[in-house]
Amino acid sequence: MTISEESTETKERWDPGVQSYAGMGYWNPDYVPKDTDVLAVFRVAPQDGVEPVEAAAAVAGESSTATWTVVWTDRLTAHTHYQAKAYRIDEVPGRPGEYFAYIAYDIDLFEEGSIANLTSSIIGNVFGFKPLKALRLEDMRIPVAYTKTFQGPAHGIVMEREFLNKYGRPLLGATIKPKLGLSARNYGRVVYEACRGGLDFTKDDENINSQPFMRWRDRFLFGMEGVNRAMAETGEIKGHYFNVTAGTMEEMYERAEFARELGSVVVMVDLTVGYTAIQSMANWARRNGVLLHLHRAGHSTYTRQKTHGVSFRVIAKWCRLMGVDHVHAGTVVGKLEGDPATTRGYYDTLRENHVPLNPANGIFFEQDWASLPGVMPVASGGIHAGQMHQLLDLFSDDVILQFGGGTIGHPYGIAAGAEANRVALEAMVKARNEGRDLLREGPDVLRDAAKGCRPLEAALATWGEVDFDYTSTDAPDFVPTASPSV
Amino acid sequence: MKFRHGTFSYLPDFTDEEIGAQVAYALSQGWPVSVEHTDDPHPRNVYWEMWGLPMFDLAEPDGVLAQIDECRATHPGRYVRVQAYDASLGRQSTALSFLVQRPAQEPGFVLERQEGSDRTQRYAVRPYATNRPAGARYEGG
Repeated sequence: MTISEESTETKERWDPGVQSYAGMGYWNPDYVPKDTDVLAVFRVAPQDGVEPVEAAAAVAGESSTATWTVVWTDRLTAHTHYQAKAYRIDEVPGRPGEYFAYIAYDIDLFEEGSIANLTSSIIGNVFGFKPLKALRLEDMRIPVAYTKTFQGPAHGIVMEREFLNKYGRPLLGATIKPKLGLSARNYGRVVYEACRGGLDFTKDDENINSQPFMRWRDRFLFGMEGVNRAMAETGEIKGHYFNVTAGTMEEMYERAEFARELGSVVVMVDLTVGYTAIQSMANWARRNGVLLHLHRAGHSTYTRQKTHGVSFRVIAKWCRLMGVDHVHAGTVVGKLEGDPATTRGYYDTLRENHVPLNPANGIFFEQDWASLPGVMPVASGGIHAGQMHQLLDLFSDDVILQFGGGTIGHPYGIAAGAEANRVALEAMVKARNEGRDLLREGPDVLRDAAKGCRPLEAALATWGEVDFDYTSTDAPDFVPTASPSV
Repeated sequence: MKFRHGTFSYLPDFTDEEIGAQVAYALSQGWPVSVEHTDDPHPRNVYWEMWGLPMFDLAEPDGVLAQIDECRATHPGRYVRVQAYDASLGRQSTALSFLVQRPAQEPGFVLERQEGSDRTQRYAVRPYATNRPAGARYEGG
């Protein structure tokens, strides 16, 4: 069998010693990416004196076949097939010294169905590479051929709605607060009150696992008491995301099995457990008919600063491939980082079957998900009922809006806080469907709904004026006149 | 007890005008609408009785409203809901679902418990109404 590709072989190419990465074939501006290639775009900040093209080639080399010096053993392989090719480089608008470097990787470089393997290549060694001041993975295009090697979301948005029997509106949740310190009995009380008041879900926080003040088994027992009591009070299906994050996979399986046996419709894990553990839990979740919620604990350490790390839009893609049903994706209006355009890009990546190129939202590549189910994004962190019109306008129906403090901190109690959020939500969906302009008339819709709902009136009086208006750190660097990317 | 079912179960029961506005929205999205009824409000009772077939190819809500009225007149003691269906690729599922009639009295649900070992319990939620046979569960059936 022969694989014919453009040859970069010259006599100089194989001289022992150090060669430029560009000279070794890792820069190829004439390369036309194949439909089956994995594509990546990095933001590269070369060290002074390093040419941008050489920096891009170095990234391609260090994330695929290269090492620092020429090795003759490359000649035992079809090396031009396996080496990644930097094929395009653009200056970052308004950011001197930074470049977007586009790199194509042949699909043969990656093991089927393994995010661990994909990431060991793409973000493996290269981020510590000395000739670069800084590096950030901005976006990836996952080819359909590779996508089809993953299970994808255990259930997905459509199945989740049919499972829960809830349609036509965002779902509502709340994280139990305080995050740490409640006994299992008191914790279950908050689950019960929030669910009976009108929430669909309550949630463990990322750092609630199994600590001395509350062991996991006790939490699960009292939590399910709360969930089932609330179902009987309302006639609706309810769930609590039991966080099964633990020190070993065996321990996570034991906790998840117990949640399933108690009748929980959902369990959760934290991003900190690692990609392989998440994929294992997603497979478990599909086999067992239990939804899988993912909390993105730790992601801001590498997603937030635009000069370093991995953009969350890439993490969102990996999450969809790994197979979670829910993932936190930002609120725009809440307390945590979130530029509106960037956040919209995350939501499209998680929910749509086909995501077109959209540099204004930070989407560098067209992405075809080939009917892989969508992931339900979760908007959580510092949001309240007074923002309902903005939230519905930003995110539409397929989202879980989580009001932790905005439920539990309600002056009339937890159930009243839940009811306020539910009434505000339903009133806003009704108004939107009736053709009203949410951004202009939203506050009126809320005030009208509050006339028939004292808890909502109190929520608006308590938080109506609260906002978190800070400039975002991670906004797309995009000038509308620039030529669109491939 | 108020049975919380459908997209708008925390709002006051809709007037016919409000029902018409939601039906008009569904039709404007290209979602065919259907009417269903039940006397078993268990949260996992998916298959309510269909009041005829989904109404495909309608442009105006009047035809749907007439069917809702007929269903309510025939089953004055039952839950009646309107379903809108999105047949588009990747969706192919219910898009909107809301109650348009409740029985006059809603006795609610009992939470049954079966105690197991190690402090576990098996829970079952059951509507009080289903203590009686189908058709004789609510006044006016």
